[in-house]
Amino acid sequence: MKTKDKNILITAGKLSVLAVAMFAFVFVVMVPLYNVLCDVLGINGRTGDRYEATEIVVDTERQVEVQFVANFNEEMPWEFKPSVTMVKVNPGASNETVFLAHNPLPKDMVAQAIPSISPARAAEYFHKTECFCFNQQPLVAGESAELPLVYIVDRDLPKDIKTITLSYTLFDITERVQRTDS
Amino acid sequence: MGEHHGPAKGLSRWFLTTNHKDIGALYLWFSFAMFLLGGSFAMIIRAELFQPGLQLVQPEFFNQMTTMHGLVMVFGAIMPAFVGLANYMIPLMIGAPDMAMPRMNNWSFWLLPPTFLILASTLFMEGGGPNFGWTFYAPLSTTYAPPSVTVFIFSVHVMGISSIMGAINIIATIVNMRAPGMTYMKMPLFVWTWLITAFLLVAVMPVLAGAVTMMLMDIHFGTSFFSAAGGGDPVLFQHIFWFFGHPEVYIIILPAFGVVSHIIPAFSRKPLFGYDSMVYATASIAFLSFIVWAHHMYTVGMPLAGELFFMYATTLIAVPTAAKVFNWITTMFRGSLSFETPMLFAIGFVVLFTIGGFTGLMLSIAPADFQYHDTYFVVAHFHYTMVAGAIFAMSASVYYWIHKWTGRRYNETMGKAHFWISFIGFNLTFFPQHFVGLAGMPRRIPDYALQFADFNMMSSIGAFIYGASQLLFLYNVIATIRSGKKDEAAKSWDGAEGLEWEVPSPAPYHTYSVPPQVK
Repeated sequence: MKTKDKNILITAGKLSVLAVAMFAFVFVVMVPLYNVLCDVLGINGRTGDRYEATEIVVDTERQVEVQFVANFNEEMPWEFKPSVTMVKVNPGASNETVFLAHNPLPKDMVAQAIPSISPARAAEYFHKTECFCFNQQPLVAGESAELPLVYIVDRDLPKDIKTITLSYTLFDITERVQRTDS
Repeated sequence: MGEHHGPAKGLSRWFLTTNHKDIGALYLWFSFAMFLLGGSFAMIIRAELFQPGLQLVQPEFFNQMTTMHGLVMVFGAIMPAFVGLANYMIPLMIGAPDMAMPRMNNWSFWLLPPTFLILASTLFMEGGGPNFGWTFYAPLSTTYAPPSVTVFIFSVHVMGISSIMGAINIIATIVNMRAPGMTYMKMPLFVWTWLITAFLLVAVMPVLAGAVTMMLMDIHFGTSFFSAAGGGDPVLFQHIFWFFGHPEVYIIILPAFGVVSHIIPAFSRKPLFGYDSMVYATASIAFLSFIVWAHHMYTVGMPLAGELFFMYATTLIAVPTAAKVFNWITTMFRGSLSFETPMLFAIGFVVLFTIGGFTGLMLSIAPADFQYHDTYFVVAHFHYTMVAGAIFAMSASVYYWIHKWTGRRYNETMGKAHFWISFIGFNLTFFPQHFVGLAGMPRRIPDYALQFADFNMMSSIGAFIYGASQLLFLYNVIATIRSGKKDEAAKSWDGAEGLEWEVPSPAPYHTYSVPPQVK
């Protein structure tokens, strides 16, 4: 009987460890792994962080169309739009554009723009050397701003991709910022 | 041997019991109560869908009904029903005196009734109960959820703890307490399927707990696991949920496979065909269940390689499942068949579950799924597997073992009537849903376009018939316990095999205090 009781405890102990490990697995493996996979494979249209251009070699032979789209999440009341909706650029060249934002409300607000690239395959070939989306965008009541974006389309962009759409969704994060500050 | 005694007297018997038969019975009664509760939610859904337009309930309440129906049926009815069956039957089948950890067993059960009371009480809270579907996708269940979502998260945590403790207990029992001579490959199939199911539970219930914990943190503590505004991603929620959710559907169906693998040989008066392949098929299904989760998410915008991988892996599951269906049919082939109620339900299971399997195969094809996704075709598919699969198998088990539990015979005529009424009611409910689904009727919506009216009316009538037949079942069980014909035969069925038939009927309060020898 004694050894049987001990064996039961050992089995139960091992299984409890498995249960706790699976709980931890969700947080320490699944979430980071999802983010890493999305970044590495460029799936989900996610774009990378700030890009450091090493040398600029422009492919003058080829032109790619880049389209800009601005969206709002929920009832975000700002005005937000690209200054130009479409440009033709050469792969390898550094290009600049601005998005126009205006806070029409009589209160100070903070926004966050989340980028997404379509087709998702193009995400890893679209580099941003400077982007307003790297930071939060606070605007006091009634203020307007030009939000800058500097980007390079990689020369290795697959030949069949002729148009890239960069979409920004603007989120109202005023409450979120206040909550973390207080 | 000197400690044989009956159960304690009064209510405290049920609160304090550590006896596997008492706890098994508690689980079974609790799950039946939840089956009726979840069923009444379904009746409200079908009553509203009887005609197009809004008649009985508001859309907000309709959403709460679809959500609560799913949650109560999956976590309150089907899972506890099979846990109860495991508690009652596994010690008898492997010749053990009780479960390995009887006190923990009591705790696993008694966590459940308060949890479901709390979950059901959310319907009366401000803003109503959970209304985001049983799959509770973020951000519907985070940003847009009613305040009661926190209570919902709490109840999911507690039922998860209960399931994990129950599963650990079952594994510890099977691994350590088998009678001498009962090697793994001599174990009855119900024990095998439960061993594998319990491993699935221990592996994925913590994942569900992780998902709801992240929701809790997003809602109350300012994290953004699933909120794009803070750099999170709602699609991540779906990956985590279905990493739990797909093994979960096999948690529900594998014990049903086990039960059917007992009943079909008993009424065919032949040993089960292909025992070894049944064991290996169960294990393969369990393994595959971990690598197919994203077939629930074909339309979220996965890369082509992902769609292809999950499509091939999913269609692969058809192979071990088909091996099982083949084995059940081959067991019946040239057998000396008789058609008592358990056998009727078992054959109904094989036929209808196979239809559910085929529609599953259709849904597994990624390009086709874009049409079927989130339509009534999916609803029809999973009710063929969950109702005609798990619940038919559960009804079969009650008829199969009730004489062993009570020492009394159930009314065969009433049993057969229960089968035929459920069979007709079930098919009338869910077969037309294939058609409205293919024609584009979306699920979880309280209203629908006029061209779906006839099929929906058929569905609703079928659902009322099916629901009523369960009251006949309840009456039959109560009548059996109170006044069924007494029969002292140890074997309830002449073709049945296994250690559970070696003890007297009704099974005494304590059995196998001395382990039997298995040759």
